[in-house]
Amino acid sequence: MTGTQRNLLMFGAMAALIVLTGFTQSWNSALAIINMGLISAVMALGVNIQWGYAGLYNVGTMGFVALGSLAAVLVGLDPVPGAWEAGGLRIFGALAFGALVIALAALIYRRMDRGKTRALAVAALLAGGFILYRFLLDPAVDAVEAINPAVQGNLGGLGLPILLSWPVGALLAAGAGWLIGKTALGLRSDYLAIATLGIAEIVIAVLKNEDWLARGVKNVVDIPRPVPYEVDLRANPDFLSVVQWFGADPVSAAAVAVKLCYAGLFLAVLLLLIWLSEAALHSPWGRMMRAIRDNEVAASAMGKDVTRRHLQVFVLGCAVLGIAGAMLATMESQLTPGAFQPLRFTFLIWVMVVVGGSGNNWGAVLGGMLIWYLWVQVEPWGSSLMSLVTSGMADGSPLKQHLIDSAAHMRLLVMGVILIVVLRFRPAGLIPGK
Amino acid sequence: MSPDTTQAEPYLVGEAMTGGYGAADILKTCTITAAKGEIAVIVGPNGAGKSTAMKALFGMLPLRSGSVRLGGEDITALQPQQRVAKGMGFVPQTHNVFTSMTVEENLEMGAFLRRDDIRKTIEQVYDLFPILREKRRQPAGELSGGQRQQVAVGRALMTEPQVLMLDEPTAGVSPIVMDELFDRIIDVARIGITILMVEQNARQALEIADRGYVLVQGGNRFTGSGRELLDNPEVRRTFLGG
Amino acid sequence: MDAANALVAFTNYVLLPGATYGAQLALGALGATLIYGIMRFSNFAHGDTMAFGTMATILVTWLLQSIGISFGPLPTALIALPVGIIATATFVLATDRLVYRHYRRNKVPSIILVMVSLGVMFVMNGVVRMIIGVDDRQFADGARFVFTAAQFKTWTGLAEPIALRVSQVISLIAAVVVVAWLYWFLEKTRTGKSMRAFSDNENLALLSGINPERVVAITWILAAALATIAGVLYGLDKSFRPFTYFQLLLPIFAAAVVGGLGNPLGAIAGGFVVAFSEVAVTYSFRKVATYLLPDDWQPDGLLQLLTTDYKVAVSFSVLVLVLLFKPSGLFKGKAA
Repeated sequence: MTGTQRNLLMFGAMAALIVLTGFTQSWNSALAIINMGLISAVMALGVNIQWGYAGLYNVGTMGFVALGSLAAVLVGLDPVPGAWEAGGLRIFGALAFGALVIALAALIYRRMDRGKTRALAVAALLAGGFILYRFLLDPAVDAVEAINPAVQGNLGGLGLPILLSWPVGALLAAGAGWLIGKTALGLRSDYLAIATLGIAEIVIAVLKNEDWLARGVKNVVDIPRPVPYEVDLRANPDFLSVVQWFGADPVSAAAVAVKLCYAGLFLAVLLLLIWLSEAALHSPWGRMMRAIRDNEVAASAMGKDVTRRHLQVFVLGCAVLGIAGAMLATMESQLTPGAFQPLRFTFLIWVMVVVGGSGNNWGAVLGGMLIWYLWVQVEPWGSSLMSLVTSGMADGSPLKQHLIDSAAHMRLLVMGVILIVVLRFRPAGLIPGK
Repeated sequence: MSPDTTQAEPYLVGEAMTGGYGAADILKTCTITAAKGEIAVIVGPNGAGKSTAMKALFGMLPLRSGSVRLGGEDITALQPQQRVAKGMGFVPQTHNVFTSMTVEENLEMGAFLRRDDIRKTIEQVYDLFPILREKRRQPAGELSGGQRQQVAVGRALMTEPQVLMLDEPTAGVSPIVMDELFDRIIDVARIGITILMVEQNARQALEIADRGYVLVQGGNRFTGSGRELLDNPEVRRTFLGG
Repeated sequence: MDAANALVAFTNYVLLPGATYGAQLALGALGATLIYGIMRFSNFAHGDTMAFGTMATILVTWLLQSIGISFGPLPTALIALPVGIIATATFVLATDRLVYRHYRRNKVPSIILVMVSLGVMFVMNGVVRMIIGVDDRQFADGARFVFTAAQFKTWTGLAEPIALRVSQVISLIAAVVVVAWLYWFLEKTRTGKSMRAFSDNENLALLSGINPERVVAITWILAAALATIAGVLYGLDKSFRPFTYFQLLLPIFAAAVVGGLGNPLGAIAGGFVVAFSEVAVTYSFRKVATYLLPDDWQPDGLLQLLTTDYKVAVSFSVLVLVLLFKPSGLFKGKAA
């Protein structure tokens, strides 16, 4: 059996698992798994670009995904009336001022000679700048957050088509990636890991607490959609006639139809990204990247600027993560910062990449689909297992209740075991990189 | 080529050693011996397999054929640590001291396998290298290159070895320090320890050597006493620069 | 009098909480830095090791409480602690045997070990949540205060109080004792010295006959003990919740990197640097200022640099500053 055949077989098996879910559970859940699986595949692709192409270890996936989701709000939502006049401009003025202060401090640091004077000057500038920044920012934030706080209290977005937020999400995430890459690339790989872990937490902290930006933990729930709404479909006579022809139930048919639209969009993005990254990998740039990955020392001895190349790859990978985040928020029509958990949005993505096969785009896709499938399915499996185990126990016994409750956390354990077992016995993953 | 085959076997013998890290052999039927209390020196051009030969003797290179014997006992199958226990000491060329630990702690670590009182051995090392006594409380990383090499040799002496192997002990030290180091090595040999060393500075090393080996491409090219090799016109022309 | 009040307020709200939290972080960072020093990888499962150890201690505490054993004014958890440490050490030694040892023997790049530790993190996380659940757990019993705010006010006659909690005193004393013991162990004992030697120069340590498996096992046991102690102290001081412990990973790594990864002394210093930065940056200095400034200079704002929601940003900023200006840490670490 050739490699291609084996890979096709594995994708076939994956498809069979999902079809099985369609028959045994519902087509709606099967499609839900496909859609989130596709988004997960895009995330895995982003991590794979960084890890598989360049060996960069990013454990801040969650942060870049969240920035992409933020883009969906900032692009897709209509502007909140009066918010810009009330304080929006001043907020951006304050942010620009803050950036200016930091730039000035950096300039002073570079221009002045080392010594007490420099340290004092930089400290004084930063302290003064910070006070002034807060003086500018705080009233504006209060003003914006005072506008109709029950449903708004934020600036809103630009009112542009939501699909535009996907590239914008890429840009936002890429920007953050550039900043962090500038700091931590070129140091030990562990340091990049710790730095990305931190930036992810900060992004989430900002999303949770800056209500003027995206309502914080009050969530944004009405991000416009690029596809029809179920209610509209159910009222559409053409749709109903088609549904009737299939002999299906209009409510579930509408849900399935909407999910199919999303699936089409996501699949298009995924294929485009794979095509782009395969093309990049086979270009002279990609060959150089692989040369650097295989032997960093030799590559830098040949005059390649390794850190610069790494920065490029890192930023590209972050951009892909940003797209995935925007896709996620678009599909869910909402931004819930509290839902961003590192286990789910960082470490699970890593399981996908490792299981799929680091360095291989198709591996990332397969890993994304498979691990997402397992993540969704292990919980009900665990519950059935626990009810089987506890079936002999008396109802209402605290141990029985505890065991049944604990099933919810079984998937963490399962994911850990999968990761460990794959790393140990098949370190190249299901579809090894070339 | 082997003038003393008729006599009793030398203390350390690596006989017809053949082997390498990958498919290609670096050593080709290379034979190195050193008798008790003797200074044996391996010299040769870059890439001749000098350090590899020493590693093979110490068990850090898998041998395809040939054997290593110590005091008549076949130790070919032993791990380096087991050879330390058998009385071999090894001083690597680089990274040969614990830089963050004091001189005295370095010596203590050298004696890690010993369970008896090591105070006496430490004193002997200090007698041999008086500068170390002075710097006993200082981290080894803060010492000069020559002093560090003394710490390295001292560490290896702590197991009270019968054979001390030194991989280019004078690499990177100044000529004056080099002379002093060689003097110290002669002192060590005088207390009855067999010395085997690999040296870049072939001429100076052969001058103190009882036995010299010139290796080329992993095999023995010339063998003889240090004096003989120094006097051999071909060795002089090819390896000692005239 | 005003100056005394200002000082008291500062002590109560910044110095004491900072020192307590710093002691807890320092112990956590010590464990992470020991593992790094010996095995050369950042152990992402360290936060969950803390959670596991705390969980084990809590379970034993409950058991002790249910059979009526207590420790007088001190928390029962302190009696349970040794059992928690043994359970945690057993667990991490088992993971080493089943998981890490294979990679160590094959001399894989350290980043693979980091990845493996992610798997272990998932497993530990799952185990902890399955056994004890995800909720907040208070397990501190015994006396709450060494002296209360009211007592302090009557003694001193000051307007501002200091309340000294038992958990704070325990954290500080435990940290001092543990650090002193660890220092003695690493500096004076044969085993401790062999660990330092192994961390300094692995090959030379092998040449000297130091048994790597023994060094690694002792490192795991020490790291498990330190993690459990740090976790229990943190839990006594605040509360136990698995997710919070997982999130402690960032300040712990920040502390270890700030001090210089692999350097025990650095980990302690780093723990306090990170803790004091977090507390000072998120504390509202208004009260202190009201005592120190003349009446007509009184500030309107809270004089708080960042809200407590951005605590995580503080440890991160400290980390970034160190990475930018002194990547090997304040004390010389093993990594450049």
